[in-house]
Amino acid sequence: MTIREALPILGFLVVAVLVSLFVTSNVVLNFLVFTLILAIAAQGWNLLGGYGGQYSFGHAAFFGMGAYVSAILQQRFGVNAYPAVAFGMVAAALLGYAIGAMVFRAGLRGSYFALVTLAFAEVLRILANAIEITGGAAGLLISLNLGAGNLQFANRSSFLILAAVLLALAMLMTLAVEKSRIGAQLVAVRENEAAAAALGVDILAVKLRAISLSAGLTGAAGALYAQYFLYIDSNIAFGTWISVEALLAPIIGGAGTVFGPLIGALILQGLSEGTKMLIGKIPGVDLIIFGALLILVVRFPLHRIPGVIAARWRGKGAP
Amino acid sequence: MGYPPEILLEAVANGLLMGAVYGLVALGLTLVYGVLHIINFAHGALLTLAMYAAFVAHGAFGLDPYAAMIPLAGLFFVLGYLVQRLVIGPASRGDDSNMLLVTLGLSIIIENAMLAIFRSDTMTLRLPYAMSMVELGDVLLSVPRLIGFGVTLLLAALLFVLMTRTDTGRAIRAVAKERTGAALVGIDVAHIYAVTFGIGTACLAIAACLLLPSFYVSPRVGNAFVLVAFTIVVLGGMGSVTGALLGGLFIGVVESLSGLYFGDSLGQIGIFLIFILVLLLRPTGLFGARA
Repeated sequence: MTIREALPILGFLVVAVLVSLFVTSNVVLNFLVFTLILAIAAQGWNLLGGYGGQYSFGHAAFFGMGAYVSAILQQRFGVNAYPAVAFGMVAAALLGYAIGAMVFRAGLRGSYFALVTLAFAEVLRILANAIEITGGAAGLLISLNLGAGNLQFANRSSFLILAAVLLALAMLMTLAVEKSRIGAQLVAVRENEAAAAALGVDILAVKLRAISLSAGLTGAAGALYAQYFLYIDSNIAFGTWISVEALLAPIIGGAGTVFGPLIGALILQGLSEGTKMLIGKIPGVDLIIFGALLILVVRFPLHRIPGVIAARWRGKGAP
Repeated sequence: MGYPPEILLEAVANGLLMGAVYGLVALGLTLVYGVLHIINFAHGALLTLAMYAAFVAHGAFGLDPYAAMIPLAGLFFVLGYLVQRLVIGPASRGDDSNMLLVTLGLSIIIENAMLAIFRSDTMTLRLPYAMSMVELGDVLLSVPRLIGFGVTLLLAALLFVLMTRTDTGRAIRAVAKERTGAALVGIDVAHIYAVTFGIGTACLAIAACLLLPSFYVSPRVGNAFVLVAFTIVVLGGMGSVTGALLGGLFIGVVESLSGLYFGDSLGQIGIFLIFILVLLLRPTGLFGARA
């Protein structure tokens, strides 16, 4: 990874800071913060699904783990928000490793991997809804305690900068993975697992690293979500919606590219807000459009265009 | 353990009855898997759609779910045929992960269309016979579930005859075994795929009609069934019709007993855990059918 390759990411950060300085509409800021949180979760999915070809249908497991561990540590054990968020991320990464160790060792791939991850997310959702420490069905509120020291901000633009910095870090990490040996091995596993194994790639080790990183990132998004909304329940944190959106964003924006998840998240949330403005708030309509979009991008794989353009543009700058 | 034997017996019996309908849902799934070699992720959503269709048939036309069974099965056969022919087939171009994504897209569309139309409230049909019971020895059995059990067995027998005694059935089996060979002897593979998908969807319409008298409808109701159905299919062996039925009965009993011991909300976990365990412990058996 060179400075030049990282320039677009810096560019994104500059734009985000400018937006946070000049945009005052809370609606717009809300939209952007939510989109960026989604993009971080999607970047996590992208590492495993986009680069590694392992399509998880259950990234909610990691999102929820990050959100709940961070919120529980703060609310029940009085831990400061910064270490709490970090622990949430680590817990999600460990969960990713544990799930990966089980399912990859058992040789689950393709549809089976998708289904088994979905099952894990559902088990966690039901558990979080039933046990006491998570607040059960009533959910969990993080007490309002404004101040940068508690990672709670009175104005949304500060949170926008925070989310943008985290997303930029996630994109830098993705770029570093892409340019490293493990990134190449991951792509080799995606393209042809048997051939990669024959060439001496340790398939299990590569997949385990990918799922841990992936889960950690998506867990960070979950912890950030809890920090922004100060409330989670089992259907938010472990719900299917986040599994679906974390998967859709990279696939629509360009799976296996650094900017794909962000582009996809912007398209998805833009469409979602657009439909709300056009036809009012009918539940589910935005998701109908997402579903149709998913079928269309699989049918006509032109959707990789934004991601491919970004990759080209970055490629030109490289020596 | 803690419960008197007649309560246990009743739980087992009710589990068996519910399990038969699970088996029927799994039957459609396993058929599609066995022939098309795809995991139809939209199976649960199509079941939801069928349940709403039966619900509307009752509300708008006063049609009893049992009377609606055959027309709806026909309608859903056509629907399944068209969905495979016009959407899934062309969009996925034979690629495994594409099929997964396309059927995921379909399930998102169906589920949320139901949400947009009917909202998220759960609804139940109020039928005079919904709560009726018969007494068999010490055990009370729900009549609608008993009917469901009978119809499922009948349907499985019909399906068996269709697969073994008709030209279409032979063509389906030929395509399942050897797609290229079947195409060489003049079988229209795309047509057979769509027919199989149609049969799988028709099974769902019948399952929906059997479920409705004793079950609620909500936009996400199919999700409760889809993982159950996958569990059954995995348990019974991919593509196996008898496996689907036996697996369905087994899961029905497990669900009923774990509901008895752990309560309804945690009881659901039992199914997911079995699903995960089966996948983890028997993966080689599962990949046997894959190319």
